[in-house]
Amino acid sequence: MLEIFASLGLALGLIGGADPTLLGIVVLSIELSLVAAVAGAAIGLPLGALIAVGRFPGRRSLIVLLNALLGLPSVVVGLVVYLLLSRAGPLGTLGILFTPAAIVVAQTLLVAPIVAALARQTAEDAWKDYEEQLTSLGVSRLRAVPTILWDARFSLLTVVLAGFGRAASEVGAVMIVGGNIDGVTRVMTTAIALETSKGDLPLALALGLVLIAVVLAVNAGAYAIREWSARHHG
Amino acid sequence: MEVTLRPGRWSSRLARMAVASTLLAAYPAAAQGTFITVSSTTSTEQSGLFRHILPEFTKATGIEARVVAMGTGQALDMGRRGDADVVFVHDQVAEEKFVAEGFGVKRFEVMYNDFVIVGPKADPAKARGKDVLAGLKAIAAARAPFVSRADKSGTHAAELRYWKAAGIDLANDKGPWYRETGSGMGPTLNTASAMNAYALADRGTWLSFRNLGDLEIVVEGDQRLFNQYGVMLVNPARHAYVKREAGQKFVDWVISPAGQAAIAAYAINGEQLFFPNAKAGG
Repeated sequence: MLEIFASLGLALGLIGGADPTLLGIVVLSIELSLVAAVAGAAIGLPLGALIAVGRFPGRRSLIVLLNALLGLPSVVVGLVVYLLLSRAGPLGTLGILFTPAAIVVAQTLLVAPIVAALARQTAEDAWKDYEEQLTSLGVSRLRAVPTILWDARFSLLTVVLAGFGRAASEVGAVMIVGGNIDGVTRVMTTAIALETSKGDLPLALALGLVLIAVVLAVNAGAYAIREWSARHHG
Repeated sequence: MEVTLRPGRWSSRLARMAVASTLLAAYPAAAQGTFITVSSTTSTEQSGLFRHILPEFTKATGIEARVVAMGTGQALDMGRRGDADVVFVHDQVAEEKFVAEGFGVKRFEVMYNDFVIVGPKADPAKARGKDVLAGLKAIAAARAPFVSRADKSGTHAAELRYWKAAGIDLANDKGPWYRETGSGMGPTLNTASAMNAYALADRGTWLSFRNLGDLEIVVEGDQRLFNQYGVMLVNPARHAYVKREAGQKFVDWVISPAGQAAIAAYAINGEQLFFPNAKAGG
C-alpha cells in the first residue's frame, strides 16, 4: 500500500514539475493516439455503417469476424506490422519502422476494428429508426450511410473515444514497431514498461497515473464538447 | 432536407481529417537530420550507458544514434533483416557467426563488463564465493530457486555455458527450482526479487536496478564472468539501405580514444560499469 501512496505523490510531482522529457513523452502519446483514433475512425465509421445498412452475402460472417477482431491480440498486430515494415518486408522501402509513423500504423489497425464493430451496432439502431423515412424519400442504402453517421454523431464520439483509449493504452505492438527509442518513439506505455523492467516500480506506477490523468482529460474534453454541441445544435 | 445536407459537410470534414492525419503521421520521419539505428542490448540501454555516451557521439559527428534495445539474439536478428545500421551486443560466438554469414562487415571489440550471481542475503544454497561454477553447483544441488532469462540474450547464452561448464545437464536436472521467464534482464530480476531466487545478471543492470527486495550479489569476481561487447556495421552489400558512412562513423567513434574515454567515464554511485578494451587501430 505504501508504494501506491509514494507513487501518487511522485505522479503529482511529475505533473507539477513539468519535466520536459516527460512532457515530450506525454505529447507524443497524445498526438499519435489522436491521429490513430482519427484514422481508425475514418476507416471504421463508414465501414461499420455500411455493414449496418447494407444487405449483401456474407454480411453475417463479416459481423462475427468484426466482433471477434475486438479481441485482436496487439502483439500479433505488432508482429505483422513489424514484418511488413521491416527492410526485408514488402513495405521496407518506406523506411518507417522504428518511427512514430509505424506506431500510428499499428495503432490504427487496432483502433479501426473497434470503431467499426461499435459503429455497426450504433448505426444499425439508427437505421431502424430512419429506414422507412429515408426509403420513402428514395434515398439508397449507400446514400443513407452519411446521414446515419451524422445523426448518431454524439454516440459515435464515444466510439471514437474508445478507439483513442485503445491506442493510448497500447504497449505490445507499440514496443515492437516503435522500438521504444529514447526521444523518438518512447511513449507513455513503453516508458512504463521500461521503468518496470528497471525495477523502479514507484516511478512506473507514477507514469501510469499520469497516463490515466491524460486519458481522463481527453475524455472530459470530449464530453464537454458533446454537451455543448448538443445544447447548441440539438 | 436539412438532414441530407449536413452529411456532405461531415464526410468532407472526415476526408480532410484523414489527409491531415496522414501528413501528421509522416512529418516526424521526414523532419529529422542524419540518424542511424543501433540495435543493442537491454544491459547497455537500461544501465544508462547510451544516455551518457550518445550525446558525445552526436556532438562529435552531428549524427543522431537511435537505440533499439533488446536481447542479443533479437538484436542480431534485427541486423539480419536490415532493420539496423549497427549492432552493438555481447555474445562473441553469435557475433562471429553473424559476421561469418555475411550479415556484419567486421566485428570490433569495444568493452567488457561482468556478470554476477545475485541471490537472497541468507544464501540458503551456500553459493557465496568467487567461483561461478561452484556457485551454480551449490544452487543446483540445493534445488534452490533460480530464475533464467531464457530469451536467447547474451546473458542467457552465458548462463547456459556456465551450467554446462559446471557439469550440470539442465535438460535432465531442471525441475521446478529452475524458472524460465523468457524476458529481459529487468523483468527477470523483478521475478527473482519477488521469489527470493538466484539469478545471473550483468552488473550494469543490477547496479541501476531498484526493486532489490532481499537480493544481493553472492558470486562476483571470477575471470569467467567477464562479458565482452562487440560492435559491427551491418553489411551494406547485404542490405542496400544500411547507412554505411554514418554507421561506420559510429563504429569508429566507439573504438576511438574519445569513445573509449566516454565509456570509461560512466559510473553509477561511483562504480565504473563498463571497461573499454578496444584494440588500438581496430
